[in-house]
Amino acid sequence: MPEEVDTVAAPDKGLRIKTEVKVQDASAAEAREPDIVVKDVNLSYGDNHVLHDITMDMEDRRVTALIGPSGCGKSTLLRCLNRMNDLIDNVKTTGTIHVKGIDVNAASTDVIEVRRRVGMVFQKSNPFPKSIYENVVYGLRIAGISDKATLDEACERSLRGAALWDEVKDRMNESGLGLSGGQMQRLCIARAIAVEPEVILMDEPCSALDPIATLKIEELIYGLKEKYTIVIVTHNLQQAARVSDRTAFFWLGRLVEYGPTPEMFTRPKDKLTEDYITGRFG
Amino acid sequence: MSLAKSIRRGDPLIWFTGSALGACILMIAGLILVILVNGLGFFWPQELVRITLKDGSAHLGEVSSREAIPNPGQPDHLQRHRLLLRVGNRDLYGIDFKWFNEDDIVTLERPAGAFFVERSEYGPLLGEPTLVKQRDEVIAEGAAAATALPGLIARADADRAAIKRIEKGEIGEINYRIEQARLAGRRLDLELPEEPGKDVSARRGEIEREAAQGKAAFEQKTTELQALLEKVAGTYVTFRTVDGKEKELRALDIYRAYAANQLSWPGRLAVYTSRLWTFFADDPRESNTEGGIFPAIFGTVMMVLIMSIIVVPTGVLAALYLREYARQGALVRMVRIAVNNLAGVPSIVFGVFGLGFFVYFVGGGIDKLFFPEALPTPTYGTGGILWAALTLALLTVPVVIVASEEALAAVPRSMREASLAMGATKFQTIVRVVLPAAAPGILTGLILAMARGAGEVAPLMLTGVVKLAPELPMDGVFPFFHLDRKFMHLGFHIYDVGFQSPNVEAAKPMVYTTTIFLLLIVVLLNLTAIVVRNRLREKYKTGAF
Repeated sequence: MPEEVDTVAAPDKGLRIKTEVKVQDASAAEAREPDIVVKDVNLSYGDNHVLHDITMDMEDRRVTALIGPSGCGKSTLLRCLNRMNDLIDNVKTTGTIHVKGIDVNAASTDVIEVRRRVGMVFQKSNPFPKSIYENVVYGLRIAGISDKATLDEACERSLRGAALWDEVKDRMNESGLGLSGGQMQRLCIARAIAVEPEVILMDEPCSALDPIATLKIEELIYGLKEKYTIVIVTHNLQQAARVSDRTAFFWLGRLVEYGPTPEMFTRPKDKLTEDYITGRFG
Repeated sequence: MSLAKSIRRGDPLIWFTGSALGACILMIAGLILVILVNGLGFFWPQELVRITLKDGSAHLGEVSSREAIPNPGQPDHLQRHRLLLRVGNRDLYGIDFKWFNEDDIVTLERPAGAFFVERSEYGPLLGEPTLVKQRDEVIAEGAAAATALPGLIARADADRAAIKRIEKGEIGEINYRIEQARLAGRRLDLELPEEPGKDVSARRGEIEREAAQGKAAFEQKTTELQALLEKVAGTYVTFRTVDGKEKELRALDIYRAYAANQLSWPGRLAVYTSRLWTFFADDPRESNTEGGIFPAIFGTVMMVLIMSIIVVPTGVLAALYLREYARQGALVRMVRIAVNNLAGVPSIVFGVFGLGFFVYFVGGGIDKLFFPEALPTPTYGTGGILWAALTLALLTVPVVIVASEEALAAVPRSMREASLAMGATKFQTIVRVVLPAAAPGILTGLILAMARGAGEVAPLMLTGVVKLAPELPMDGVFPFFHLDRKFMHLGFHIYDVGFQSPNVEAAKPMVYTTTIFLLLIVVLLNLTAIVVRNRLREKYKTGAF
């Protein structure tokens, strides 16, 4: 692939990204095959109608940011994509979601299979109380892989992919909980990419991190999108502007505006979007 | 003003909480202190005193206690004192303890030659050794008899060990073989009517050969034992008591003898440790009032371990279903309340249930199905260590369920989500993430259950504990674990020695000492579990969430 970028080179790009908005504009403009197709999705918790007729596509190997005030349903939509909402009682979902052609909500679809293809990184880093090594290979182990060489290889690849390898390669058997906040979050990313998913969902991955750790994660996201389709929920508008190719603005459970990120932040079409990104409410 | 301020600040609450804690500590420490003081002094060798009374009679004994004589309404009420002497020699006097008014005592001295002799029957003998005889030949007399004693006792120890090895070990094993052969024969008899015409003569012959071999071996061992007894039984020691009576003892029957008033401090310490060790490691003698408590210690530990092996999986699985799988609602709430209340049912009720259900129903059923040849003698249809452990498991399972449920609930949701989002099934998440993280809390439940189970007595009396068990529930004879056997238990031992013993005054200190051992075992078992729990906590600490 010509656009393949070495992960080591990605940081520079990430750092420059703010000044590059105009440049990115051009590359984002060219449309790609939709990877995730969300159509007429409605969701309610009991009587509480949370998502209203959401229809949107997310493009292959692009970063899609979901923004909006708290309680607007962006996290809920994210959790629809790998059916994490199944864990909550009284959830009713209608409409269809296709990820890589798989109908996520169909009765015949194996939810385990969906979650294997769609990795997830949570708001609070949640490594298991196991060693760093075991954390990374967890997904492989539960898939029944126990060949040491395969696991070692996957572990190194994932940790390199999450830009964590150099920091932890000498203490693979120490607890994953002994790492710093940013390292733990990158460990969770390594864990997610170890099973080679096609999509990675990120639910406010930097909200509990300091600016330096946040920067590292953002650089990482920039590199990861070479291989994975990424959907990220964030409250940090600068972050959305920095890392995403397309941005969707949600308000009260509705998708208000969705388009290429530079356009959203420079020429929002909707009054609500403009008020939100200029900080008139939030 | 300052009082109002102090009340507003909550100072009285601090005083009350502090006093409550202080009261608890005082009660517990007081109890433990009483047990320790009474129990640990028991083995200390005391001086022997000889008193001469006004009427000229002489008495020898250990001073057991001294008290004021009550005489209500009289001027001398509680003014005069009396001594309680442990005079021993029950075979001669009929009693171990005797009161003497201090007013009647003319002289009180500590004779150097007086010996305290522990023997196989009738409690201690107090007197002086005068004569050692081998068959009818005198080998030591007077002071030489006293010096010969330690050697005689050492030999007696070795001889007793040899006899026990033959009696319990070898003959026991042969008896077991003969019994197995008899049962095999019975089984054959029972099978015959079901399949008439089947040729069993080969098997029958084999069984008979086995039985004959067993009998021959038995004869041989009995002769061997007779010969050994003949050989070692010929030595006698004669003691003279303080009132001039003579008592001849077989050397084989003497367990320990020391000149109480000649003992140096190291000597006393040696007697003390040796007695303590005997108490720990030996079988009980003389309907539990002498000897040791080893079978009771062994039975207690083994019963608690079997109970733990049963109660932990049961309790954890039940808690897992309640917390992870069951739909939370009125039914689950009711089950939870029922489980909690189960912990409040009197333990004797569990005992009655264990007797009716485990012993008679399950055990009786097992006997009918698998051991019909032994009937009407029950194999599992009578109390045994397995049924006792099961009954206690039932008694303690609520504790484990409640603790496990709390531990499971404390596993952060984010950890489960992380696992599920990786494509793990619920089962994989539980096994790989939730259970390891909950393990320390589950162990806390086990610790509570063990403490409760080790101290329980009432249900055991109905389901398998006996005053004296001839064999341990685990030994070198196949299949090594004999879960059908009755067993001894420290808690029951305390009750038995303290309240059912023919010689309560002599047995009283043993009650305290046995209690110390029971406490020690509970503490040791708990410490083990606590160490394991702390290791797990270190390994699976979830503090970062």
